[in-house]
Amino acid sequence: MKITRAEVEYVAHLARLEFSEDEKEKFTFQLNNILAYVDMLNQVDTTDIEPVSHAIALNNAFREDVVEDSLNPELSLANAPEARGPFFRVPKVIE
Amino acid sequence: MEYEPIIGLEVHAQLLTKSKIFCGCSTQFGVEPNSHTCPVCMGMPGVLPVLNKKVVEYTMKMALATHCRINEVCNFARKNYFYPDLPKGYQISQYASPLAEHGYVDIELNGGRKKIGITRIHMEEDAGKLLHDEHTPSSYVDMNRTGVPLIEIVSEPDMRSAEEATAYLKRLHEILVYLEICDGNMEEGSFRCDANVSIRLKGETAFGTRTELKNMNSFRNVQRALEYEIRRQEYLLASGGEVVQETKLWDDAQGATYSMRGKEEAHDYRYFPDPDLVPVVIDGRWIEEVRETLPELPLEKRERFIQEYQIPPYDAGVLTSSRVLADYFEEVAKLSGKPKAASNWIMGEILRFLNEEKRDITSCPILPQSLSELIQLIEDGTISGKMAKDIFEDMYTTGKGPQQIIEEKGLVQITDEEILKKAIEEVLAANPVQAEQYRGGKEKIFGYFVGQVMKVTRGKANPALVNDLLKKMLAGS
Repeated sequence: MKITRAEVEYVAHLARLEFSEDEKEKFTFQLNNILAYVDMLNQVDTTDIEPVSHAIALNNAFREDVVEDSLNPELSLANAPEARGPFFRVPKVIE
Repeated sequence: MEYEPIIGLEVHAQLLTKSKIFCGCSTQFGVEPNSHTCPVCMGMPGVLPVLNKKVVEYTMKMALATHCRINEVCNFARKNYFYPDLPKGYQISQYASPLAEHGYVDIELNGGRKKIGITRIHMEEDAGKLLHDEHTPSSYVDMNRTGVPLIEIVSEPDMRSAEEATAYLKRLHEILVYLEICDGNMEEGSFRCDANVSIRLKGETAFGTRTELKNMNSFRNVQRALEYEIRRQEYLLASGGEVVQETKLWDDAQGATYSMRGKEEAHDYRYFPDPDLVPVVIDGRWIEEVRETLPELPLEKRERFIQEYQIPPYDAGVLTSSRVLADYFEEVAKLSGKPKAASNWIMGEILRFLNEEKRDITSCPILPQSLSELIQLIEDGTISGKMAKDIFEDMYTTGKGPQQIIEEKGLVQITDEEILKKAIEEVLAANPVQAEQYRGGKEKIFGYFVGQVMKVTRGKANPALVNDLLKKMLAGS
């Protein structure tokens, strides 16, 4: 077992997710299966191979510093669960 | 028991690009809320951030100016946390491989210079802005700042007093502004600073428990907050207590730091490489290209001014406090050929007039050419120092050159001995009693006669000539 139930609870908390006891059980089991599956990669010999962070060999994809049109503010706010005037409205966060 | 403070600073500087770091939205400050937003900076699903090349170049400039090593390959990472000003649920930053590492800046203290190490400089995106409602349990989010490019400059824990920390901060600020990559406005938040502070007994090598200070939006507040926090920790340890590792906010009005509530739990940012952004590879040629664009930096300029213009270190410090001011001085010094006079006029009159109106040198109504003419007019004796002060005021308020003002007001200095003799005779005739007193040994009264001659000539008499002639005539007749 790579993943304990406590870890599932911890990760769920970080992701602000709430699970029932049954779900916690289920996800612990499933996550362990997934990790065991991915573990198969360790069978590959990677000596002398540089680690990469991306699957494609591409570097330096840049854009020039040019201003483009932004969205119309109404459109920006269109999906907001709540808005007030030109702002998104959220439950108060204390500094 | 004597304690020693250990201070490290994390500085965030907004870069002066026109567009955001990963999208084409404008970075302009003070516009309608949420009007500079798009699917990329608002973190809509399926969008692809593309790195602004200028952000890399600006960061390289700062790296070179602070003697950092630029990494050949650097990557972006996701820093995961939830906060309403962060629409994606993660901030794109750099983690394992920042753009630059292992640099330093020199700070100047009373006792000489000190090197402050720079751990790393990395690129990242700014978060949005939150406004808190006083009356309802709501906060309002403005995403215009979301995605504005930032560099974070992390120092080594090399500072040993609030004074050193402030000197370091000022040095970074000065360099960023000289490089023209950050406007340095602390009040608007384009230059922000967090501090890590701990104390330990002098002679000890292990670090004590540190606290992190935030919310200090001026150099003065950084100094005050650090001084307060150092005293607080000293008191705690001296009275048998313990420092708790926590984040504290500086309260300017109270002059104290206080704990942030609700954020006690340790952060777990779960950094991982951002799959949307490919690695940035910087070769030697690119580094050299950027190096060639670097301006002369403040400290080097200061030293050159002292050498080249033979002005005191203090003057050089003031004159190089901004690049525009330094350029202004150099132009006047070169045109007039009188660097010390140029420095005196700029440090005295120009800065005083500008400060009174809260303006800076960029909006100075007197052009370097005009100031140098004024200096030359004093040098060649056309006008006296006193007349020059009056002319200067006119120049400042009207923007006219000194020659024009002199002509318009008929202000040329009287150097004609005959005219001056006549004026002196007039003064002596009108003041026989004082003349007797002078001849009787009361030499202090001499100044009175000079004043009278100046009055008669309406300030236009050449003071040196007046002195000479007066002495002769008082003694002679």
